[in-house]
Amino acid sequence: MAFLRASSPHTHNPNTTHRVMREVLLATLPGVAVLTWFFGLGTLSNILIACLFGLGLEAAVLKMRGRPIAFYLKDLSALVTAVLLAIALPPASSWWLIGVGMIASIVVAKHLYGGLGYNPFNPAMVGYVVLLISYPQYMTLWLAPENLSVQGAIFDITTLFELVFGGLASTTMDGLTAATPLDVFKQTAGLTAQDIYAQKAIFSQGLFAGAGYEWVNIAFLLGGLYLLMRKVFTWHAPIAMLVTLALFATVFYDAGSSNSGGSPLLHLFSGATMLGAFFIVTDPVSSATSNRGRLIYGALIGALVYIIRVWGNYPDAVAFAVLLMNFAAPFIDYYTVPRTYGHKKAQRATHTGGQ
Amino acid sequence: MTSHTIWEVPGGIHPPENKAQSMAQALAECPLAPEYILPLNQHIGAPSAPLVSVGQSVKKYQLIADAEGIFSAALHAPTSGTISAIEERLIAHPSGLSAPCIVIAPDGLDEACPLEPCEQPFALEHAAIVAKIRQAGLVGMGGAGFPSAVKLNPHANTSINTLIINGTECEPYITADDMLMQTHTHELLEGVRLLAHTLGNPDNVLIGVEDNKPEAIAALQEAAHKANQKHGCDIQVVSFPTKYPSGGEKQLIYILTGQEVESGKIPASLGIVVQNVGTAVAAWRAVRYGEPLIERITTVVGQSLQVQRNMRVRIGTPMNFVLEQNGFMASQSARLIVGGPMMGYALEQTCVPVIKTTNCLLAPSHSEMPEAPPQQACIRCGHCAEACPAGLLPQQLYWYARSDEHEKLEAHHLFDCIECGACSYVCPSSIPLVQYYRAAKGDIRKAAADKLKSDKARERFEHRQERLAKEEAAKEAKRQARKAAAELNKAKMAAQQAATETSHSQNLASTSTHKDIQPPAIPAIASAEELVANAATAAKAQQDPTLDKARLSRTVESLASSITRMKAQMAEAVSEGLDPSRIEKMAAKLKQTELKAQEAKTKLDAFDKTLATGVLVDAAAQKMMASPQDAAAKTLSSLQKRLSKAQELHLEAVNENKPSADALKQGVIKLEQKIEEAKQALSEAQNAAPSSSSSEPQQPDAAAAAIERAKQKVQAAASMTPEQKAQAAVESLQKRLSKAQERYAKAQETHDENLEAFATGVEKLELKLKAAMEAQQEGSEQA
Ligand code: SF4
Ligand code: SF4
Repeated sequence: MAFLRASSPHTHNPNTTHRVMREVLLATLPGVAVLTWFFGLGTLSNILIACLFGLGLEAAVLKMRGRPIAFYLKDLSALVTAVLLAIALPPASSWWLIGVGMIASIVVAKHLYGGLGYNPFNPAMVGYVVLLISYPQYMTLWLAPENLSVQGAIFDITTLFELVFGGLASTTMDGLTAATPLDVFKQTAGLTAQDIYAQKAIFSQGLFAGAGYEWVNIAFLLGGLYLLMRKVFTWHAPIAMLVTLALFATVFYDAGSSNSGGSPLLHLFSGATMLGAFFIVTDPVSSATSNRGRLIYGALIGALVYIIRVWGNYPDAVAFAVLLMNFAAPFIDYYTVPRTYGHKKAQRATHTGGQ
Repeated sequence: MTSHTIWEVPGGIHPPENKAQSMAQALAECPLAPEYILPLNQHIGAPSAPLVSVGQSVKKYQLIADAEGIFSAALHAPTSGTISAIEERLIAHPSGLSAPCIVIAPDGLDEACPLEPCEQPFALEHAAIVAKIRQAGLVGMGGAGFPSAVKLNPHANTSINTLIINGTECEPYITADDMLMQTHTHELLEGVRLLAHTLGNPDNVLIGVEDNKPEAIAALQEAAHKANQKHGCDIQVVSFPTKYPSGGEKQLIYILTGQEVESGKIPASLGIVVQNVGTAVAAWRAVRYGEPLIERITTVVGQSLQVQRNMRVRIGTPMNFVLEQNGFMASQSARLIVGGPMMGYALEQTCVPVIKTTNCLLAPSHSEMPEAPPQQACIRCGHCAEACPAGLLPQQLYWYARSDEHEKLEAHHLFDCIECGACSYVCPSSIPLVQYYRAAKGDIRKAAADKLKSDKARERFEHRQERLAKEEAAKEAKRQARKAAAELNKAKMAAQQAATETSHSQNLASTSTHKDIQPPAIPAIASAEELVANAATAAKAQQDPTLDKARLSRTVESLASSITRMKAQMAEAVSEGLDPSRIEKMAAKLKQTELKAQEAKTKLDAFDKTLATGVLVDAAAQKMMASPQDAAAKTLSSLQKRLSKAQELHLEAVNENKPSADALKQGVIKLEQKIEEAKQALSEAQNAAPSSSSSEPQQPDAAAAAIERAKQKVQAAASMTPEQKAQAAVESLQKRLSKAQERYAKAQETHDENLEAFATGVEKLELKLKAAMEAQQEGSEQA
């Protein structure tokens, strides 16, 4: 009789890529819920449209590449990209804006580079940056949190339709949008931090990092902690990023003067900080591979985020910081090869020729 | 017990242990099988050499195959019966190989031959214990089967300070060692003491056990306590947190000592020896009771068995028989694994035998061990790197393995991978990483082997070139010598002729009217025979080149003096008013002689040069002759280096239960063979060098050697031995002399005018003959 011939190991832990991705999707739920609570149905429409595009594009490209479609769709990576981009975009973005973003993400950033595992850049962030550069006018239009907006408008299906498929009067639009806390802080250079917190509605309505935004960040932090607990990724990159960002914010807080860069809390809990830290920076494919490398990678992203936010021209910086460090990841890997058992020193990755 | 510091290895995983099912039942005895198949190579190293023949009846414990060298192990009959075959049989091997086996048909009596117990094993010398262990055919029972005696015989310059007894058994499912530790606690402790004694009582004697075996730990601690009190030793039982793969030799060493075995080295380099608990017990039984290794405890486990338990199985028992004893349901079996689920290998056939290293037979059901899901893309999640106990980056290795980047793989220490499978286990994309590494290792080894081959070919080519160059140089030297000899000869002849002509012209001068000049005896010298003889004597004379040179210069001198003489005679002839035509002739002769003198002089110069070049040429030749020897020595030393490295690797592989150990073993054997060849080549080269010089022992001088060759060539041309030749020369001279004497006598009678000339001819011939005879004498003396 002949038995199955298989190579060791013969057992496998139940963890699968499918499961990893599912956990990530699951972990976005609190954030999505809070986003919806504060910013209305726009987040859900974003996610829905992005997922449709994501699956469609992924399937189309897989077919073109002659790969088994169902098998690859099952790894859920396209959905993860779609959800992350959808969350990063202003709620209730136009369908075509999302479409362009998804094409940039799935087709260009992912499959043109060889598909999952081969992409040097985080696909969602590529999509985001392409849109930010191509359509800045749409990308900077954030809906105002519910309590600062026209009563009930953001939960109104008709308004949502008009937002997504066009046809909304620009005056109505103005009533629905508002500057983000980071924008406000940046544009009010003459005021001390205290004044800003007192005078600007978006701050006065909130607790420490802007109405709505702080809760969104807290929700994503929770999701991230869940993933950490589930051992989907290690703490190295996200914690390094948050710590560095907080350090920079502390150093340049300047006691809240009119030159202040903003408090550490503002930086940690507004914008896309937590989403970035736990859902973008931890993207395994495009980050550094070793734990030491991930510490460096995360820390540099944290530093870049602060630098771009405070001294740069873009309202939020996570996408740029992440993409810049995606560039640097192989370089970091090169210098952070772990020391192998029985070797005195770690060897440089390209130092060949044996011992 | 005393607490011992524990170091934690990085990485590692916690797969479901699945150890309870086989520990629920007591240790069972496997009944006598209908057939025993004993592979000659159950260990790392050379296969054993069979001592029995087909049809011979053997008894239990009888030695049936002996160790072939140090890296080998003896083999004993597991029961009494007859040898039914010595042939190729399927063995338990990852690639389903066949190998030579001794097959025993048991007679059912299980008759044992008498054993040789030793009441006082601790009174034995190191060598005696090692010999007993070697005779018992002990091999490392936890892994790849490294001959135990070798480990107990560390190099003289390494002192062992730590003996580690490996009772870790970190692989899921396997409980053979656990069972052994619980049922053979006393013997284990005695074995540990014995091994420690054999290693010169190292400072630390540690028994390392994972904390998932509390019963074993408790039993061991109690026994160790007793032993320590009774014998004043200090055996420590150290338990540490369960984590796969703590039982890897290198991992265990780190856990217990915090030291890392340097890559490519063996534990002994740290003064550490690791032995498996099974080996310790077997060592005790071998030394104390003289009992060879013919059985072991094997875990038979898996849901396709009705009974899951540990069994005492005789070596050579077919696995299907063992499985049958436990209610094997083949239809339910997903696969059959020898070893544990992490590092074991799957078998296709069950008719293979249990061998000394078979610690587990795992027959899982389909639900227990489903087929691996299809491989997905690597998402670079880094889980593999976190799990790797060796500090490698498995995902990078995977990328490089896929793209065949061998250099990068080696730079990333692929060969430090112990193939533990932790990375594959955790990979969420179900990538069979270890399979990739094994393949890559194989490829790299093959490439290295190919390179070795091509290196060898190149070496051979260079060798050939060298040899050709050497031959060319030798030829050149011969040619030079021949030329020198020929020129010398010519010069001589010229001198002789000049002398003849001088005397001739003298005669002419004195007897100018005599027309019919009798040719003197001397021109006969020009005969071929003479030439050969001349060359021979010349060559002989040339044995001392300085002497030879002196002779040549003498010729030049004598030519010069004859020229002056001729000039004087001519002047006289002119003054006496001789026939002008005669004077003209004399002038022409003079001119000829002058030319010859000139030629002789150039030859002398040329000879000088030849001498010099001869030395050079010979020095070069000698150098070239030395170089094959050098090359051989070099090859040998590099091979030896390689061997020691290979042995280390091999040791390491063995210690870590790597399946690659087999391949490494082959490598070691091959290298050993190569070294043997290289040694032969070297000794040949060494022999060749002195023998070539011993043929001319009294002529260390290079030129002399070259000339000697020329001489031999001349001799060869004459196809005569020197004696014969000398003899011939003497004879011919004698003949000529007698002829000349006759002529001289005749001339005296007839008052010939050329009487004087004849007299000088006879004189010269006499001299020549004398010289020839001397030469002959010399030749025979030399011979
Ligand atoms: S565990 Fe698997 S998927 Fe993750 S990095 Fe390693 S090889 Fe890639
Ligand atoms: S198999 Fe090799 S690479 Fe994988 S975890 Fe074990 S040692 Fe590391």
